[in-house]
Amino acid sequence: MHPDLTTIQRGDRMTVLQISGVTKRFGSLVANSDISLTLAEGEVLALLGENGAGKTTLMNILFGHYTADEGTIQVFGQELPPGQTDAAIKAGVGMVHQHFTLAENMTVLENIMLGTEPLFALRSATGRAKAKLRDMAEQYGLAVDPDARVGDLSVGERQRVEILKVLYRDARILILDEPTAVLTPQEVDQLFETLRSMVAKGLSIIFISHKLHEILAITDRVCVLRRGELVGEIATAEADRDRLAEMMVGRQVKRPDVDHMAPGAPVLELGALGVEGPSGHRAELANINLTVHQHEIIGLAGVAGNGQSALARVLSGMQVPNAGTIRIAGDDVTDFRPTTFMDLGVGRIPEDRHTSGTVGEMLIWENLISEHMRQAPFWRLGGRVIDFAAAREFADKLIEEYDVRCLSKEMPARLLSGGNMQKLILARVLDRKPRFILANQPVRGLDEGAIATVHERLLDAKRNGAGILLVSEDLDELLRLADRIVVMYHGEMSEPVSTRELSPRDVGVMMAGDLSYARQLNSGAAA
Amino acid sequence: MRLEPRENTPAWMVVSAPVIAILVSLVFSAGLILWAGAPLGGAAVALAKGAFGSVYAVTETLTRATPIMLTGLAAAVAFRARFWNIGAEGQLYCGALAATWLGTGAVVMHPALMIPFLFLIGALGGGLALLLPVVLKSKLKVDEVVTTLLLNFIILLFVGYLLDGPWKDPMSMGWPQAEPIIDEGVLPAASPRYRVHLGLIVALLSAVAVWFTMRYTVWGYEIRAVGHNPEGARFAGISINMTVLRVAMISGGLAGMAGVSEVAGTKGYLTHEFSPGFGYTGIAVAMLANLHPLGVILSALFMAGIFVGADSMGRAMNIPTYIADVMVALAMLCMLVSLMLTQYRLKLR
Repeated sequence: MHPDLTTIQRGDRMTVLQISGVTKRFGSLVANSDISLTLAEGEVLALLGENGAGKTTLMNILFGHYTADEGTIQVFGQELPPGQTDAAIKAGVGMVHQHFTLAENMTVLENIMLGTEPLFALRSATGRAKAKLRDMAEQYGLAVDPDARVGDLSVGERQRVEILKVLYRDARILILDEPTAVLTPQEVDQLFETLRSMVAKGLSIIFISHKLHEILAITDRVCVLRRGELVGEIATAEADRDRLAEMMVGRQVKRPDVDHMAPGAPVLELGALGVEGPSGHRAELANINLTVHQHEIIGLAGVAGNGQSALARVLSGMQVPNAGTIRIAGDDVTDFRPTTFMDLGVGRIPEDRHTSGTVGEMLIWENLISEHMRQAPFWRLGGRVIDFAAAREFADKLIEEYDVRCLSKEMPARLLSGGNMQKLILARVLDRKPRFILANQPVRGLDEGAIATVHERLLDAKRNGAGILLVSEDLDELLRLADRIVVMYHGEMSEPVSTRELSPRDVGVMMAGDLSYARQLNSGAAA
Repeated sequence: MRLEPRENTPAWMVVSAPVIAILVSLVFSAGLILWAGAPLGGAAVALAKGAFGSVYAVTETLTRATPIMLTGLAAAVAFRARFWNIGAEGQLYCGALAATWLGTGAVVMHPALMIPFLFLIGALGGGLALLLPVVLKSKLKVDEVVTTLLLNFIILLFVGYLLDGPWKDPMSMGWPQAEPIIDEGVLPAASPRYRVHLGLIVALLSAVAVWFTMRYTVWGYEIRAVGHNPEGARFAGISINMTVLRVAMISGGLAGMAGVSEVAGTKGYLTHEFSPGFGYTGIAVAMLANLHPLGVILSALFMAGIFVGADSMGRAMNIPTYIADVMVALAMLCMLVSLMLTQYRLKLR
């Protein structure tokens, strides 16, 4: 218990939520250990922590998805019965999930009313619902057309629908789980406006995130979770970035230094690359032209689902493009297969470590040699039989060199933590000295320490002459690491823009669809 | 009561899972035997004696184990790659067809060449029977469970046509059966008194060969990778279609060899009922062995023992021999449950 932590002055505002001594275990894993915190009326409380720190578990307990092994939760002074979602909703708790839970084929109004109507009613309460919805939209600045089909809405609008859905149920306490993950910077600003007007009306908000600048911008108080424990609580006014990062990770985090170098020869040239979409849909990739040089990191920004995955699939050899050319370090790619790209010197760090990056049930050393399949010295008898000794020696070398922390190389790769699994993939990829590296969301879901390691490795590769295409949804990461940035929207790609003097707002304009803004920026810079 | 995934599975658990499963299934079977009205002790003794009680009993069990060892391997290899080959029965008949086609006089060689030759073309026949399902799966994404299962009936009907028509042995006095395999091709038996024959050695060697392939070779690596995570395997540069084709040829080939072993060893000639579902039993054998090639040996011996033992138990105790099928089914169910328990732990709350 940290009784001293809950004594930070919050005036004489009423406490709306009190979590006392909550503990939750999954097998031998303690996801939440004796967590106590309070939330006051009209307050925005940040729940900060790395992936796996226990944020989502705690909120799922609050919302009744899980039952706590120990501890109690009081909402407006009433104890919540454990494990009952409807009791939590009735008490005024509402949750906006990270992944939207909307029916795309139904209208906004239908989505919002879903589950609130009695099973048997003589007539639907549509009229009243519409009025209430209009009322709420006006009050909180959440403009959405109630009759629009959710499938036709943008991501930002869908999130508004999610929030309206919660408000419609008269929630007084809102839990927002990583609400900005899918938004452009402009949409984030809009969301923050809404949140401010909601707290002004006396609602209370728990804001779950690991993005420090957002927490500093919107919250009043920060609770930091680490490995399931509440390790600190601080008023946002007294916090800064480094302080929060240190509390979250438990030690100081060194950020790697970026140096801009003179680009060398081209290592990747894309000419009018195109991939058709499913019939009746827009093309996944349309007329993509891009050149990546040696000693250069190009950042690829964009809201998720605008063609980044399709481009990554093509560059990994997992998808054959319908049009255009690909040239790797001067060699034309004619045979679009994973092995072709590997042999031409493409290092591929896949988006999903579990489905593409590793075969979880196979051993760590087996995963380490997977891209060296067709090479000596691992195969004997004309490449038919595995040389276990050579393969294990090779694995030992990589494990040592890349600091993959594991009990033994003989254990299944799925038992590795996210950071160590990514180190395994980096080891496999970088050991081949690739000329071009496709790094697709290389730090997603990793903790700060592992992020620094991955970035350090990529910058090393750049120094040693590789060209890198870094795909990320984190603008901070892109602006810090990349030399130039391109933005994708609806399968099209902007001109590259230098990251010097580029602001997140500029990138946000392009992410929202104005790709020609890149040309303006470039000509402006030239003038 | 809830299931929670285990972070890792201790080795002793993996090893003891099949043993515990079999013991539990025997307890359930004991209930059935009592229900059928036989004294438990006597029935157990009759079953054990029937399966392993004499040299003759042992050789009969081994004879019975031979084809299901091979079909069990066929299923184990395919299932490891998540290629759901349910058609070992049909492939077994195709192997027997190939051996009958060339082994009844069309080709005559010294036995040292003739026997390997028969196994080779039998394996080819079994493999070819899987070609159509593989192409349909690779090109059109047709589910192989359906195609391999249904092909069984097509092949069986085709065998029926041949045996009643062009391939009918004129010396068979009207029975629908093919001409016998020539003497050079007949698999030598252990001794004139026993039926167990060279096929057993072939099956044992096949198990070792499959184990070696899966564990130590590039093919095995690729097959395992495709089985565990096709997406990840493809990303690493493994051709899924090529691997599936290879697996199908190995799997169909093993089932085809089971057919050769039966037609040239146990029976001597092809009839259209010469397999009492060896292909399907192979699936159970493979499951009971948790798809481990060496485990298939033990699992085939266990199943053969149950079948042979239940025959004599049925005669001695006057209870239905169908009890053998129930016992095998129970063993499989218990195996599935105990395999699940190696992955998950039971938590009461």
